[in-house]
Amino acid sequence: MAMDSGAPRESFRLSMLLYDTRYRSYTIQIFALMLLMLGAAWLIDNTIQNLAALGKDFSFRFLWSTAGFDISQRPIEYDSQMSHGRAAIVGLLNTIILAIMACALATVLGVLAGVLRLSNNWMVARLMTVYVEVFRNIPTLLWILVFGAIMTEAMPPPSAFRGDTPAASMLLFDSVALTNRGVYVPEPLFTRSLGSIDLGGVRPSLDAIAFVLVVALSIWANIRLIRHATAVQNATGVRPKTWWKSLLILFGPAIALLLALGFHLGYPELRGFNFGGGIHLRNSLIAMWLGLGIYTGAFIAEIVRAGILAISRGQTEAAFALGLQPGKTMRLVILPQALRVIIPPLISQYLNITKNTSLGLAVGYMDLRSTLGGITINQTGRELEGMMLMMLIYLAVSLTISGAMNIYNSRIKLKER
Amino acid sequence: MKKSIFLGTLAAAALTAGTAVAQDTLEEVRDRGELNCGVSTGVNGFSAPDANGVWQGFDVAFCRAVAAVVLDDPMAVNFVPTTGQTRFTALTSGEVDLLSRNTTWTFSRDVDLSLTFVGVNYYDGQGFMVDRALGVTSATELDGATVCIQTGTTTELNLADFFRVNNMSYEPVPIETNAEAQQQYLAGACDVYTTDASGLAATRASFENPDDHAILSEIISKEPLGPAVRQGDDHWADLNRWVLNALIAAEELGVTSANLAELAEGTDNPEINRLLGTEGDLGEMLGLDSEWAQRALAVGGNYGEIFANNIGEQTPIGLARGLNAQWTQGGLIYAPPVR
Repeated sequence: MAMDSGAPRESFRLSMLLYDTRYRSYTIQIFALMLLMLGAAWLIDNTIQNLAALGKDFSFRFLWSTAGFDISQRPIEYDSQMSHGRAAIVGLLNTIILAIMACALATVLGVLAGVLRLSNNWMVARLMTVYVEVFRNIPTLLWILVFGAIMTEAMPPPSAFRGDTPAASMLLFDSVALTNRGVYVPEPLFTRSLGSIDLGGVRPSLDAIAFVLVVALSIWANIRLIRHATAVQNATGVRPKTWWKSLLILFGPAIALLLALGFHLGYPELRGFNFGGGIHLRNSLIAMWLGLGIYTGAFIAEIVRAGILAISRGQTEAAFALGLQPGKTMRLVILPQALRVIIPPLISQYLNITKNTSLGLAVGYMDLRSTLGGITINQTGRELEGMMLMMLIYLAVSLTISGAMNIYNSRIKLKER
Repeated sequence: MKKSIFLGTLAAAALTAGTAVAQDTLEEVRDRGELNCGVSTGVNGFSAPDANGVWQGFDVAFCRAVAAVVLDDPMAVNFVPTTGQTRFTALTSGEVDLLSRNTTWTFSRDVDLSLTFVGVNYYDGQGFMVDRALGVTSATELDGATVCIQTGTTTELNLADFFRVNNMSYEPVPIETNAEAQQQYLAGACDVYTTDASGLAATRASFENPDDHAILSEIISKEPLGPAVRQGDDHWADLNRWVLNALIAAEELGVTSANLAELAEGTDNPEINRLLGTEGDLGEMLGLDSEWAQRALAVGGNYGEIFANNIGEQTPIGLARGLNAQWTQGGLIYAPPVR
């Protein structure tokens, strides 16, 4: 007797890989994957062969050898006898400093310009349109060079401040000097300093740490105070006055700490060829900061404007109907909703700023690209290693920024329950 | 199926293409019909385009001599401007066949960067240029000064060493090209510009008031400048080395562009005869014809003539021969025997 197995079994044939829709997509995917792997293998093999032909090996030992070059802007201790790795860290810190400064400037300018572009005042709205269109449509490198040229060509040299009748004078009660070598601003000094601690090559100042801690604690206490006020308001309907308590909590401990440490300002003064004392903001930093900040600010202005316009007019009208004032309407109703639209594109603008800091070479800003990707590669001949390391570092920095901003985004986005 | 065959062929072709590494630079240059020569982005007297866009200068003359020898046409040169940072990558990656760009011969460049220096065509040293109005007369008075430097150069390292040894501080302003450095220096963004003394003289010559600027007498380093080629092609290196030596030997032997044709008829001096190819088979040993050196010399004359016409005392650059005189005149310029 015959066993009936139902439908006739079709045996597998090789051509089914191509003509049977059940298998075709797998075939194509596997084939594409093989091609990709072949391509990668070819690239790696080619690199190894060519490196061997040039008599070069692949090694990161150069990071521990003596750098031999000096860096003008040093957030941490560095001199020419330290290693290439140390120089790369100095460059990375310079990159991060510039990125933070430029992001802050771009955000402030962008939010202002974005809101003002929607203003009912014809003049203000048109001025902001001009700002956005002019800066957005000219390459950022040109703006950086323009600001660099303004700083070097239009500002007086330090020697102009010298003599009995100097050609140039310092601003703000002799505390700020604008020169063609950068801007000198007063620096904070402490007569009863706590000194600094040694953390394996990095020596952060204890004064700064103490100050940051106190400010953070004050802000935390202020948040508690405001929460308490809200709770009281919810329970009784009357909001207790908090403004003088907030002021006291926010500024009292910080001022007390500064007085205890003997805070005073160190003013820049002429010494030899240049100004000494104070904080030196170099031309390269200022050109990069203004160039990146103002350029990206124009993009952020458009993002902010788009975010506000995305909230329907009905929201404003509903808020007015509830009796909210225009300021509160913007702050409590429109902006929280607009932020949902604003934050994701804002993340890419922050990433753009961070990556664009690598244009620093154009004005001699010693960022990661100029130290590790420039001088170190040139002096050691380790192009491949240096470039790969630099790409990895930029990737890590960008992913960190984007991760942090995504966390912020998920906190402010519309909660759907 | 057709598609996969096509893709498979493509992958195979890519694989085989990748493994073929071209080695013979001479063949490559001849096939191309043009010499790719890496020069600076513009240093007057050494390598800079003139008003007609034709590259001129001391370093350019060497490129032209090589092109004349190899391709029989001194104008068949494609000049690739390189900065201090891009020059070595341009050479090792094969973008240029020859780097003739006031480049200092150092141990690590020769050994670690895989370059082969074919000789020294200018013995230089690092100097400082300051505005006379500053009243500085010695480099040891530069404590606290702001110094413009070209990044990616040996001057950057020498500068760090010099200030460190003399226990002085300085503020480096890193700059990419000579032209930018000139602009920053003239704008007063730096007190001092430092580079090779020859480069300083060349830069100063292009100023509106060259006399307002002084080149300090201290020379803080040895900078033997010379053309370089990729390591690994000894034949190409030999060819370049002997083009340079031929130019130098010709000056020593008194062969100039004026008497070249006359001497090429044959002379009593066997060394001149060997150089100009009327005796012996030196050209053949190099894989060239016998008149190779005549072509090199016909372009801009011998080493002395090239020096005098581009950077010598009669030019705006106004450099004296000094260390770069022939050894017979008390200098260091010395070619091995042409034999």
